[in-house]
Order: sequence, then structure tokens, then C-alpha cells
Amino acid sequence: MKRAARFMVFYAGLLGLWTLLAELKIWPPYLFPTPWGVGEALYAGFQDHSYWIAIRVSMQRVLIGYAISVVLGMILGLGVASNKFLEETMGGLLVSLQSLPSICWWPLALLWFGLNQNAILFVVIMGSLLSVTLAMEDGRKQMPKIFSMAGRNLGASGFKLFWYVLLPASLPFIVSGLKQGWAFAWRSLITAEMLYLSLGLGQVLMMGRDLNDMSAVIAVMILIIAIGYVVDGVVFKGMERRLQHRWGLSAAS
Amino acid sequence: MSTSAQEFPVHIPLPVDPLLTDLRLPVRPGSSRGKVGPVTVGTSVPDVRPVVAKVGLDDICLSYKAESGARLLALDRINLEVRPGEFACIVGPSGCGKSTLLHLIAGLHQQTSGRILVDGKSVQGTSTDRILIFQEHGLFPWLTVGGNVEFGMKMKGISKAEREEKIRYYLRLVHLGKFKDSYIHQLSGGMRQRVAIARALATEPDVLLMDEPFAALDAQTRDLLHDELERIWSETGRTIIFVTHNVREAIRLGDRVILLTFRPGRVKSEFHIDLPRPRHLEDANVARVAREILDELREEINRSLEVEYNEGAKPHVEVGVEV
Repeated sequence: MKRAARFMVFYAGLLGLWTLLAELKIWPPYLFPTPWGVGEALYAGFQDHSYWIAIRVSMQRVLIGYAISVVLGMILGLGVASNKFLEETMGGLLVSLQSLPSICWWPLALLWFGLNQNAILFVVIMGSLLSVTLAMEDGRKQMPKIFSMAGRNLGASGFKLFWYVLLPASLPFIVSGLKQGWAFAWRSLITAEMLYLSLGLGQVLMMGRDLNDMSAVIAVMILIIAIGYVVDGVVFKGMERRLQHRWGLSAAS
Repeated sequence: MSTSAQEFPVHIPLPVDPLLTDLRLPVRPGSSRGKVGPVTVGTSVPDVRPVVAKVGLDDICLSYKAESGARLLALDRINLEVRPGEFACIVGPSGCGKSTLLHLIAGLHQQTSGRILVDGKSVQGTSTDRILIFQEHGLFPWLTVGGNVEFGMKMKGISKAEREEKIRYYLRLVHLGKFKDSYIHQLSGGMRQRVAIARALATEPDVLLMDEPFAALDAQTRDLLHDELERIWSETGRTIIFVTHNVREAIRLGDRVILLTFRPGRVKSEFHIDLPRPRHLEDANVARVAREILDELREEINRSLEVEYNEGAKPHVEVGVEV
């Protein structure tokens, strides 16, 4: 209850400050919109379905890209973790590549795939692949060896060993990496969509800029934050809670 | 550590499974468990034909590369035969490679030379006819108790209906029928080891390999599990190879105690334990036999201490030991 009250006070204060600044009219309204201006923009965007379409297109892209990242990243991570040669050669490369913002791949992606969906997907994959790979590598190494021994002992091998033992056993160690990968995928997607205008939330945001409609820009920003927050809170928090319940881990981990 | 006698309802009538009746009768060469042949119950017919060992170790050697680069011998020409249905205990000082030997039999590691025979046939790699029970149980925390027991059967491709039935049967066998849907972290140490036993038995292995399974448990829990294990062994007729550093535990359980030397591990001596069952750790007879074995074991322990003091540190010998 107390927590909810603090929460309310904080956001009421924030809105109040925003309203005050807007009302003082230090900047013209098209540069610094009022909260209700943004609210109207949100309402209008959903009303004419343009936000629904943008959300659907963006989610579709990020889900496909992220799914490919997770599968590839797990394979790569397992490979690097279980092969000394790969670890020594590729391990360092992967870490250094992670410092590269994924949008740097955009020019190459355009040349390789042309100006289309695949270029966007490529940037999304490059954004999240490394997080997943490094997390999987780390998870495979941290995972107690007794699980894979017990699995082999009970007749699991090859893909069955991976699917029924290695993957679930390393999940507590890779869940934060999966989460990070998701965040990177989401950011990369919006960036790429702002550069290549073909539906999606990034495009609606840029449209607001072109129309000099800062209410619409902020409205889309709020949408992007909200979607990121909901996925994190629903999907990943749920996964963490399930893991904690099953493994008996403390909430801290 | 909630271990009270309550966990062990004294007599739950067990479901009758024709495959699981006591088959520790003379087994003919080549005949598999379950087909006992015309043995008249009551009249003990001495079987003069040689019994093919369930597990045979033929000149097993294992060497490994030390940090210094030199090759060190961990196991040296181990020869051993374990009869079908026998309860064989292996004891030795830590560092004699007894756990490693079990890992080799389980097929989790590869010996440098020598052969491992099951029913007289050379085997390689893991197989569900030889299941290892680890000291740290090795249960899967992402699965329920039932899911753990099911795991080996699922890998073997046994049908869902049959799996369900066997989960129920084996959980009842270890008195954990009510815990099918619990997760591992919700169980006490003793209960976890019983789940590990149920999981191992559910794949219906001929041989159970047990690697100091009760070492981490408190004394009362261990006593109860000794009784449980002895009962399960006599009810299911499995062959058990049990590794421990506790000589009394070995005598309490085993038909035979095999003593290994300190590094490299060799078979130093064997003791046939003819004491009537059930035995207790505190029996005077157990203590008497233990003294005899301990005298020999002490030589090895002294040797290991000498090496340890001289080298400053004990080199890592047991390949399969988990941290």
C-alpha cells in the first residue's frame, strides 16, 4: 500500500512538473507539448489504427529476430563453451564485438540484403545474438557438471542431452543474458526502423518528427518504453519466478 | 534435515510386480533376470556350473596427465568379478580412485586399458543397464520428483502410460509416494537420496553403482537408508557396487568388501562377509570384522598421509569428482 502511494506521488509530481513547464510556455507548444497533448496523440494514434499496425509490425520483426538470435546464440555459446579451440579464438572476438552498436551493421546490411525487412532483421539479430551467445557460454560453464553426467548416465545423448538436460540446467545462468538480448533486440529494431521507413513504431516516431508533432513523438516513445517494460515484467519476470520456485533459489539471484 | 521415523511408514504393502521379485537365486549363464529356470524353492540345488559375472573388470588401468606433464597411474590392473545379485562394497582411502572406478563402470569415463564386461560382454559408454547414484544425488532441480524418476524411462522411449505406472511404483518403493509433485529443494537430504535411488531403479538397470551415496547424510538418516537399501536390494535382486570410505557401512551392507590401495588403486584384499542379515552398524560382529579390515586400511591411509605431507598437496586423482 505504502509502495503504491510512493509510486503515485512520484508520478503525480512528474506530471505536475511537466504540466507546469508546459504551462509556463518557455518553449513553444510544438517543441514542448503538454501531457494532455501527448494523451490526445496516443488516443488518436490508436483510434485510426496506425499504432496498432505499427505495434504489430514491430513485434513481429523483433520476435522473429530475437528467436533466431536465441537459437543461433545457444548453438554458438555451447560450441564456444565446449570447444577449447573455439573458446580461445572466437571467445575474445565475441566480447570485443559486443562493444559495437548493432546499428553499425546497417550499411552492410543494406548492401547485403537490400533496403527491406531482412536488413532490419539482420540488425536486430546482430544486436541480441552476442548477449545470448555470451550468456549461454557462461551458463554452460557455470552449470554443475553433475547434471550432464547424470543425464548421460540415464541414457540421454546428443540432442536429447541438450534439450532435456543442458538447456534447462543452464537456464538460471542464462536468463539475465536472454533478458539483455531482448533489450538489445528491441533497441536495435527501433533504431533500424527509424532509418528505414516501412511501418513499425520507428517509422511512426519519425513521422511525428516530419510533421513537427512532438506530442506524437513523445506518444510513440511512451509506447516503446511500455512495450519493453511489459515484456520484461511479464515474460522475463515470470520466467525468473518459475525458476526460483523450481530450483528453490532466493529472489536475489 | 527433517528426518524422523515418520518418513518411513513401516509396512506399506508393495504392489506386486512379477519382474521385481527376489531373483537372487543361482542364475544360469546366459539367462537373463526374470527367467530363473526350474529351481525348486526350498531345496537348495547347488549350481555347479560357473556363474558368469554380472560385472567383470579385466585388467583396468587408468592413467592421467599430471600438471607436471608426467603420466600418473590412478588405477592399476584392477581385476574384479561381481556376481549377479551380489552386494559388493569397495573401500579405500580417499585418492585411491574408487569413485573413478565407478565412473568407468558407468561408462562416464574411458579407462586407459583393460575391459569392462557386463554378462561376459565387453561394454563401452553409458547404458541404462548400469546406473550410477552420485554422492550429491545429481537430481534435476527443474523437474519434479516424478519428473526425475521419469527421466531415464523417457530417454528410453517408454510409453507415457507405462512411465506413469512405474513412477508410482518406484516412488512407493522408496516411501515417497506423496511427493511426486514436489521439487527437489523441498526435500530433505535423505529424501533426495531416495529419489535418486527411485530414479535409478526406474530405468530397470541390472547394476546399481553407488558412489558414497550416504556420506553427506546425518547418522540417523543414514541408518534408515541402510535398511531401505537392503530391503530394496532383496526385493529387486539388483547387483549393487557400493563405494564408501566407511568400513562399517561396507560391512553393514555388503556380501563382500573389496579394499583398494592408495594411489595407484589396486585390489589389496577382499573380505567375504558372512554375517547374518539384517546387520547393524553397532553389532559386535560388524565391529570385529571392521577391525580386521581397518588394520589393512590403516596402512593405506598412512601411506596417503605420508605422500600428502611430503608433497604439500594432494594431486587431483579422482577424474569424476564434482565440486
